[in-house]
Amino acid sequence: MIPASFDYTRPGSVEAAVEALAADEEAKVIAGGQSLLPLLRLRFAYPTLLVDLGGISELRGVRDAGDALEIGALTTHYELTRDPLIAAHAGLLAQAAGTIADPAVRHRGTIGGALSHADPAGDLPAVVTALEAVLVVTGPGGSREVSPAGFFADYLTTTLAPGEILTSVRVPKLGDGWGYHYEKFHPTAQAWAIVGVAALARRSNGHVAEARIGLTNMGSTPVRAGAAEAAAAGAEASAAAMRAAAQRADEGTSPPSDLRAAADYRRHLARVLTGRALARAAGI
Amino acid sequence: MKITLTIDGVRYDDDVEPRLLLVHYLREHAGRTGTPIGCDTSNCGACTVLLNGKSVKSCSVLAVQADGASVTTIQGLAAGNGSGEDGWHPLQKAFHEEHGLQCGYCTPGMILAAVDLLNENPNPTEEQVRDGLEGNLCRCTGYQNIVRAVLKAAGSTTGAGVQA
Repeated sequence: MIPASFDYTRPGSVEAAVEALAADEEAKVIAGGQSLLPLLRLRFAYPTLLVDLGGISELRGVRDAGDALEIGALTTHYELTRDPLIAAHAGLLAQAAGTIADPAVRHRGTIGGALSHADPAGDLPAVVTALEAVLVVTGPGGSREVSPAGFFADYLTTTLAPGEILTSVRVPKLGDGWGYHYEKFHPTAQAWAIVGVAALARRSNGHVAEARIGLTNMGSTPVRAGAAEAAAAGAEASAAAMRAAAQRADEGTSPPSDLRAAADYRRHLARVLTGRALARAAGI
Repeated sequence: MKITLTIDGVRYDDDVEPRLLLVHYLREHAGRTGTPIGCDTSNCGACTVLLNGKSVKSCSVLAVQADGASVTTIQGLAAGNGSGEDGWHPLQKAFHEEHGLQCGYCTPGMILAAVDLLNENPNPTEEQVRDGLEGNLCRCTGYQNIVRAVLKAAGSTTGAGVQA
């Protein structure tokens, strides 16, 4: 299938990209294109202009910014799985990125694109939510920083204003004692998560001192499993205790019912997968 | 829009519409009909080529995004890489010997995905081969022989002799 016609520009700087976007309200940003190009081919989207960020080298790569990592929006899923800084300080991101689609898609798809696309079944939104990352957005009025909760607004919808681009993701380095695991359920090798759980746990003296849990596909945006986090904090680092805490993983969520799973089943999956993810994160 | 790219070692200068997909450029402008179009939804991997050495689904890349890049299709794979008397790439030879194809439609994509896989990991386990080919579907479900072929090619390129 062939997309409808559009104009195309590949600016060399963020400023030029923002200018091009701001001048045309029907313009769309393209990075790796792994979500956008299928939509264009199926003619679900009709942008008048594609602003390709591919020529903006400053948006590529991972930088050590002291107590955080600054990840350029154009960093591909493949690069996330291979980057030594990510492996050392934000391994959850590498592990989850390695579960996205397949190798060919991971070579093209970018972290900025995956977050801006804001698919509730996408993996990285829940991961940056659990990591308490800061999303850096640049627009005509300059740059601003926004939390994941402030960025993801609804199904396929973010709070990016017209002319704004997600330029980088700042991920706080995980300190000593933290473990992580991304647990994802999908019935076939190549499929979106029916439910995914991004878990972080800090272990101390045989107990879990602190836990952070982000849920994929348990609502129209990624959500924190706050009740399960609270239940895990201070609990003994055992599989039984983690399973018990995970019984509260679906509290406060509004999972969808669709052709692939009913809401009740998603709630069940969230509890089971959270138990597994917490146990792995806590090194059990 | 003007683009310049190198396909199988040959330089192409062209003027294309921005909406032209790389797979259509390869087939209709550059004669690379060895790259088939399968599902058109980026699931099947039949149109997989190497873009600057990494596997991509060419139905999910715009030709203009490949401007300045180097593309390898199945038609360019053997050039300069032939190790046997017939000049085939070790993976082509292994697919032939292990009967790694039935209808053949997925084969170009399978082989190019496998080239990338072996570049990343010259000595994969069977499970790693299956993971690496996750994005390539064989409608004949002939996966056993495909996996066997990739493992055989790995053995022949590294001398490690991985068992299928």
